[in-house]
Amino acid sequence: MAVGQGHVVKRSLLNSARFRGIVYQVVVVAVVLAVGWYLVRNTLVNLEARGIATGLDFLEREAGFGIGESLIAYSPADSYLHALAVGLLNTLQVSVLGIVVATVIGLVVGISRLSGNWLVARLATLYVEGVRNIPLLLQLFVWYGLVTALPGPRQALNPLPGIFLSNRGLKVPLPEAHPLYPWLAVALVVGLLAAWGVRRWALRRHARLGRPFPWILTGIALVLGLPAAVFVAGGAPLVWVVPQLRGFNFVGGGALSPEFAALLAGLSVYTAAFIAEIVRSGILAVPVGQTEAAQALGLSRAKTLRLIVLPQALRVIIPPLSSQYLNLTKNSSLAVAIGYPDLVSVANTTINQTGQAVEGVGVVMAAFLTISLALSLLMNWYNERVALVTR
Amino acid sequence: MIDRQPHDHSATGVAAADVEEPSAVSLQPPGPPRLLGWARENLFGSVPNTVMTLLALALLWEVLPPFLSWALVHAQWGGDGAACRQAEGACWALVGERHRLMLFGVYPYDQHWRPLLATAILVTLLATSAVRAFWRPWLLWAWLAGFAGIALLMWGGVLGMPYVETDMWGGLPLTLALAVLGIALAFPLSIVLALGRRSELPVIRAFSVAYIELVRGIPLVSVLFMASVMFPLFLPEGVTIDKLLRALVGMVLFTAAYLAEAVRGGLQAVPRGQEEAADALGLSYWRKMRLIVLPQALRLVIPPIVNQFISCFKDTSLVTIVGLYDLLAATKAALADPEWRPFFVEGYVAAALVYWSFCFFMSRYSQWLEHQLATGQKR
Repeated sequence: MAVGQGHVVKRSLLNSARFRGIVYQVVVVAVVLAVGWYLVRNTLVNLEARGIATGLDFLEREAGFGIGESLIAYSPADSYLHALAVGLLNTLQVSVLGIVVATVIGLVVGISRLSGNWLVARLATLYVEGVRNIPLLLQLFVWYGLVTALPGPRQALNPLPGIFLSNRGLKVPLPEAHPLYPWLAVALVVGLLAAWGVRRWALRRHARLGRPFPWILTGIALVLGLPAAVFVAGGAPLVWVVPQLRGFNFVGGGALSPEFAALLAGLSVYTAAFIAEIVRSGILAVPVGQTEAAQALGLSRAKTLRLIVLPQALRVIIPPLSSQYLNLTKNSSLAVAIGYPDLVSVANTTINQTGQAVEGVGVVMAAFLTISLALSLLMNWYNERVALVTR
Repeated sequence: MIDRQPHDHSATGVAAADVEEPSAVSLQPPGPPRLLGWARENLFGSVPNTVMTLLALALLWEVLPPFLSWALVHAQWGGDGAACRQAEGACWALVGERHRLMLFGVYPYDQHWRPLLATAILVTLLATSAVRAFWRPWLLWAWLAGFAGIALLMWGGVLGMPYVETDMWGGLPLTLALAVLGIALAFPLSIVLALGRRSELPVIRAFSVAYIELVRGIPLVSVLFMASVMFPLFLPEGVTIDKLLRALVGMVLFTAAYLAEAVRGGLQAVPRGQEEAADALGLSYWRKMRLIVLPQALRLVIPPIVNQFISCFKDTSLVTIVGLYDLLAATKAALADPEWRPFFVEGYVAAALVYWSFCFFMSRYSQWLEHQLATGQKR
């Protein structure tokens, strides 16, 4: 074909990849819509045949069932929405506490596995390999069985004065509420902000003048000292409310229900094994040359860990760690098997009572998706902050 | 032969007595006995180390003798519940008496040879697939034949075997079948999802991303509830599907999302140049995927798939919540008897041993396989 003849080859539309792509997408959308319409139509027909209503109006109806434990006030006369909120708070409560406990245990076990002490390293390995390969539900059953096999309140175990362990839960003494205590919380927040401010100032000063400042100790002193100062200034009011045995149970003081204790223990121990592996792989991922160079510079072991190894290890640890946190939150849904009233358990009861399965499952999915989305955003933000700046 | 006798080598005639006589020593460097040296270095190397060792030894001393005495020395190995109550040790008689219920669920008692044979076939197939030398096309046919045989054995109805409906299936065969079928059926779906997530067509990418992120954000319990409660609503009136199929579909949909992420990792590891070269050669999208990209990607994905199989195997224990009798639910049912209820620890320990041995060996295999595949790729 000579240039300049102005002759254009006519191509069939089918040969255009763009056209084919559009056709494929249109076909996929059509199929998905058709299948979706078919399923929705069947669902509506079936729901009508069984006399089940649709829509979210049921959320305002009276729940009519009790919930074993709740962070906020709840009675069977409250609405389903209130019951689901109680369930969500229970899930968040056990998840947050589980995350904290699991991280602490996981850190300790992970670092122990790298210890030079053969015995400690082997014990940590035994723990990790033993717990990781047994299903969580089985571990929860064992924990729950152990907790319910404890003696009754009348023969409760008393490991420390004021602390009672029985099959009705763990009872601990709590200080009586006093108007000074909210101020302690305020002092704690002020202390945290002040510690953060001291850190910023100290690091800036170090970068500018080269003079270090013990900001860690100062920060700890602020966080602990300010509330302590407020406490002492207020006259140090401390009246313990000790649990007393009345009849068949203890009254007064703080309580941890057996279901909550079993769930917390099971979730923490299980997730800690995975966190230990993540921590270990993170520390091993830092090249040995970094530690050797730090030692050549004369840094102590503690300084090496804090300034050289941990920041690099954290870069490797944080992404899988956050997905383990998410796993723990999702695994808390197993509470339905041991009777702890978390979101899935309450939603299950709601579905059983109202028959509105689609809306109930939708509520549960929306709640978990929100939590996982929030956690992903947090993780992405942190990742971007510590990411290696590459050319 | 080293001459140890002192000689007068010096030209100036230095007296032999002035030269130090080497003593008759061995060639080994001197030192303490080997075990003690190892202990000194690894257990008592420094003060913190010594403290940790002593603490660990104290912990073991507190825990190990009572545990061994409970589990082995004073344990009751045979007999019934009454004998167990009198003994102060572990009641392994529970396992002896109830192991058939724990392993096979509520399957008819005299037909237990059928699920046993089905489990044996499944384990043999798994062991055969583990050997790389057998990764040939005939393995696929062997699996299909194995599944057909297992279905035949479990359902029965032909060859003189009485028909057993799926509601009666339970125990270890159910756990293994759910795990293997879950992974096997989720695998094609996961490849489609992973390819869809990398697609340039925005609609398909949106659907894939939405599915994967949606399913990965919710717990398996929710998916199983959804499957068992909502599937009957999706079907036209009069059509029912049995509980096992609902649970299986739930597991497949759940596992496919996680596997899709693993496959996506494998796809990303294939160099872009391969795809570009395939495009330059004029290969269509599906030819490119089938002949060039997927064979390389799936090879990298095998260790994560084995890991996902381990997770899937542990997750089958969740089907107890929707009413199926897998190994864990059967154990729980075996413990529901008032005669055996106080000995729940022994029952759960027995079930835990079964799960642990499967998962531990699979994880060891996965590490070995990863090592093998990686060394194969090093030039």
